[in-house]
Amino acid sequence: MIKVENLDVVYGSKDKSNHVVRGVSFAVSRGETLGIVGESGCGKSTVLRSLAGLEGAWTGSISFDGKPVGKVRTRDELKLAQMVFQDPYGSLHPRHRIGTALAEPIRSMGAGDGWTRVAEALQQVGLPAHFASRFPHELSGGQRQRVAIARALILSPPILLLDEPTSALDVSIQAEVLNLLADQREERNLTFILVSHDLSVISHMCDRVLVMQNGVFVDELSRQDLQTGVTHASYSRELFEASFL
Amino acid sequence: MSNIVHDDAIIRPPAIGARIWNSTTRILHKLADEPLGMIGFIILAILVLVAIFAPLIAPYDPAAQTLSDALQPPSLAHLAGTDEFGRDIFSRLVHGTRITIQTVLSVSVIVGPIGLVIGVVAGFFGGRTDAILMRATDIVLSFPSLILALAFAAALGAGLGTAIVAISLTAWPPIARLARAEALVVRNADYVAAARLYGASPLRILFLYIAPMCIPSVIVRLTLNMAGIILTAASLGFLGLGAQPPLPEWGAMISSGRKFMLDYWWVAVMPGLAILLTSLAFNIAGDTLRDLLDPRHARS
Repeated sequence: MIKVENLDVVYGSKDKSNHVVRGVSFAVSRGETLGIVGESGCGKSTVLRSLAGLEGAWTGSISFDGKPVGKVRTRDELKLAQMVFQDPYGSLHPRHRIGTALAEPIRSMGAGDGWTRVAEALQQVGLPAHFASRFPHELSGGQRQRVAIARALILSPPILLLDEPTSALDVSIQAEVLNLLADQREERNLTFILVSHDLSVISHMCDRVLVMQNGVFVDELSRQDLQTGVTHASYSRELFEASFL
Repeated sequence: MSNIVHDDAIIRPPAIGARIWNSTTRILHKLADEPLGMIGFIILAILVLVAIFAPLIAPYDPAAQTLSDALQPPSLAHLAGTDEFGRDIFSRLVHGTRITIQTVLSVSVIVGPIGLVIGVVAGFFGGRTDAILMRATDIVLSFPSLILALAFAAALGAGLGTAIVAISLTAWPPIARLARAEALVVRNADYVAAARLYGASPLRILFLYIAPMCIPSVIVRLTLNMAGIILTAASLGFLGLGAQPPLPEWGAMISSGRKFMLDYWWVAVMPGLAILLTSLAFNIAGDTLRDLLDPRHARS
């Protein structure tokens, strides 16, 4: 479903360049959930943003569903992958009503008015339909993140890119949002890439985990490895020991 | 979950009238907590009403000369006295409100959209567009505004219309800078990134996502600028480059009253008070609007 080869991301010009992602390659099959963990600044979010098409400074090759995609995406390519952001307070326009926020993707794609699908989209993420006339500041963080998920799903993308979708939420709300994501994955056979530094979230959601350090993957762990606590590199051992204290 | 399904039918975007009504009542509610701001807005409302109903309120014709009544002190017959031609100063002030409000509104209507569009485009597209637009803004900003307005008024011929154009030419750069600063912050927001991901065109992002976030501070800045616009218009009038006699422009009235100031103080002081009151009201109203529209300036 997703294939990435030799992805490099370099910021800045020659003498002050910052090599953030150093030639990473990975593949994700349909319906699979890949987790990427690592400390802050290791480049995991940059990988995700390059996949989404928000980053322009990458080289290498990215392909979705067998078709290579470029740095500037066409509408059809954008429909393949949507993203859920970390901060539910920043990812919804403060002056757009929830209904407008959900209708905007459809209108932007030139696929009609969009309001006809708002109620259905809200129900799918477990919110009452009358929320459509509210503003984002009238919702709680968890409800906002549900709206953000509904917005990402409204174009029916086969791939969902999750950039720490629960790290800005309360622990009790985190589980709700994760369950919602897992339900949607079952229902629509979605492919997820989940970036997080919360290892319990990762082990709850992912079939496979890549451990990232300084722009390269240093370890790959299967679901079994996670459950039994097997690691193959010293860095991932450190990471896991630090989090399970 | 089952009760959710029933209210599908009501999901429509709210009508524009209902939206305007909602936000107006919300702002009025907040305004009720700001007594000083309320006073500012009430003074402005009175000014607008006076401007609209000037012929009904003014007891005399503002241009009618009665030389036998020249330079009368304030009395019941002439509330603010008379000037050197025996014209009733109160009537002239009332009619002058029209000129002031007209100037302020015209300048704001010209300057607001121009400043907003230039600033937002510069901030959003960045790079060369930003450099060109902002250097142009800097150039205009580097002129002292009154001097530039003077030069324009002198070049295009004195008159109210030229005064409005001249003031507008110098009043947009601060608005553009403000809008650009706001756009620079907003363009990096996640909701703009999300909009890019679902295929919103740059123009759509610019006008539906970024501009609405810049409008409140632009409105606040415009309201605060209105006081300055009144003063600049009065200065131009004082120097004889604004509205021409016999139009009762407040600055021109002060200018003509200057000659008799020591013996007949009311000829210059009355229009001075009108200018003071009006610019003060605009300042207070602008401050209050900032508190209402911009949460970052919220009072503790």
